[in-house]
Amino acid sequence: MAIKKFAVACYDDEAVLFPAVDKVRNSGYKLHDVYTPFPVHGLDVALGQKETDLHIAGFCFGITGTATALGFMSWIFTKDWPINYGGKPFFNLPSFIPITFELTVMFAAVGMVLTYCYLNQIMPGVKKHIFHPRQTDDLFVIAMEITEGTSEVELIDFMKSTGAIETNVQIAEEGWWYGRWDKEEAYQKQLA
Amino acid sequence: MISERFEVPSRLKSTAIGLLLIGIIALIGGFIALKGGNEHEQARFWIVLLQNSVFFLFISAASIFIQAATSLAQASWIVAYRRVPESIGANVWVFGLIALVVLFCIVFGLGEHNPIYHWVHPHGDEILEGKSAFLNKGMFAGFSIVTVALWSFFGIKFRQMSIAQESAPKNSTKLHWKIVAMGGAFLFVYALSMMSTTPWYWIMSIDAHWYSTLFSWYVFASSFVSGMALILLFTVYLKNQNKLELVTKEHMHDLGKFMFAFSIFWTYLWFAQFMLIWYANMPEETTYFKIRMQGPYSFFFWANLILNFAIPILILMSRPSKRNYFTIVFMAMAIIFGHWLDFYLMTMPGPLQENWHLSWYELGIPCGFIGIMILVVTRTLSKANLIPQNHPYLKETLIHVS
Repeated sequence: MAIKKFAVACYDDEAVLFPAVDKVRNSGYKLHDVYTPFPVHGLDVALGQKETDLHIAGFCFGITGTATALGFMSWIFTKDWPINYGGKPFFNLPSFIPITFELTVMFAAVGMVLTYCYLNQIMPGVKKHIFHPRQTDDLFVIAMEITEGTSEVELIDFMKSTGAIETNVQIAEEGWWYGRWDKEEAYQKQLA
Repeated sequence: MISERFEVPSRLKSTAIGLLLIGIIALIGGFIALKGGNEHEQARFWIVLLQNSVFFLFISAASIFIQAATSLAQASWIVAYRRVPESIGANVWVFGLIALVVLFCIVFGLGEHNPIYHWVHPHGDEILEGKSAFLNKGMFAGFSIVTVALWSFFGIKFRQMSIAQESAPKNSTKLHWKIVAMGGAFLFVYALSMMSTTPWYWIMSIDAHWYSTLFSWYVFASSFVSGMALILLFTVYLKNQNKLELVTKEHMHDLGKFMFAFSIFWTYLWFAQFMLIWYANMPEETTYFKIRMQGPYSFFFWANLILNFAIPILILMSRPSKRNYFTIVFMAMAIIFGHWLDFYLMTMPGPLQENWHLSWYELGIPCGFIGIMILVVTRTLSKANLIPQNHPYLKETLIHVS
């Protein structure tokens, strides 16, 4: 739990958002994140985010699935409970392949979904601070962290100069938490 | 206006002519040494010609398919180097003609005891007589001619329409929609030829007693993945000549994805065919795999799987390898060779049984076909602007990110 102070700026146009992101990155202020109602092409590049490693996780999950399926079936059909199926050998590799394939896909898919949720800090029952209710509807939201030594007024003025239609300052939990929304409301009251 | 012309470098031309000469020498040598020989030598002479002419026809026809499919899907990623598949597709008639000559020589010119297609004269063989309504000379000739004629027509037509678009009025999409409609028509033709009848007639009927319903799909997967590799090789060659500068790693990445995905698709079909036969274990079906897997061809059988499945899946899986020109060119060559070997395994064991060869004749003939491929395709490429500058998706393709 890390409570931080954020300056929030809202934009209503992609064409304004991109120059604003560039200016923010060049200004030296600490960018927290950008929230958009839909996937915006090229925003990850504009934000300078590095290529995701999700596919490496996918490969590892997939290989785990392959190993599980092959290992488990080999053990069952050769050691644990060998059955003669139509005179085929006990170690019956070609007939293991479809199940191996399915388990590889399933492990990779489920594992990648969970990894994705973890990386993005989203999960059923888990809460994360929402900077603006319209960030999932029609507004592009840039959240900036107000670090010690940052002038709040100057930062807000700067954000306004980049074309923000709405700005405010919020104190919020940075990461995700398990629980209910009133937990956050309690902080807000306490801090206000 | 972006305009770019390609002139065939004399070095490439002389290399291609050299390859063609090797092919012609192999053909003449084969004609002298094998054509008049015993049944096995005759079979060897024809089967190699059959394997190569059909293989090169199929991989060039895959270029028409990708044009038709991407036009129909309104895809923009291929537009930047659309001229490459167009030029390959426009030359399908060359390989079609060669394949027709070879096939007709085999069917009509080899007399009573046909060493390749036993169904030509069933000689009281009940199974072959039962199939004779489908497997007979007339049907074979008709289907072959219709297939080659339609493929050639569409290949040339796509090229012509795309070039006509250059001189069409700016922002006119009339021709574009015509290409889309033609794409739909071609997919229909292709589905009924390449994905069903044609491989049955030309390749599967070599083992006339054996049958597999998904055989054509499997052959299609083989030819499509090597067709994509062929497009990639020509595109990278053009880039090496400082042409097609607008084609970037993003575009090559897409071709790499196709090579990767369809290598797996090929394996999927290969395995679907293999596993059912292996599991059911019926003698009339297992003969096909008996000789290939446990007989004299077992080396090629496993090499085929390693080259066309294990190597592509391991090397092409990661993103950086699909964006590296060295690895994709290496993989394209490996894939084309691997699927050539796959065609070798489809054709050679039938007529020759354990008397297989892979020497001067088998390796010389494909050299000739590669020579023809380079000569005709680069000639067509040099005839028009390399960038389809009036294409509605030109801007989209230039900013394409994969």
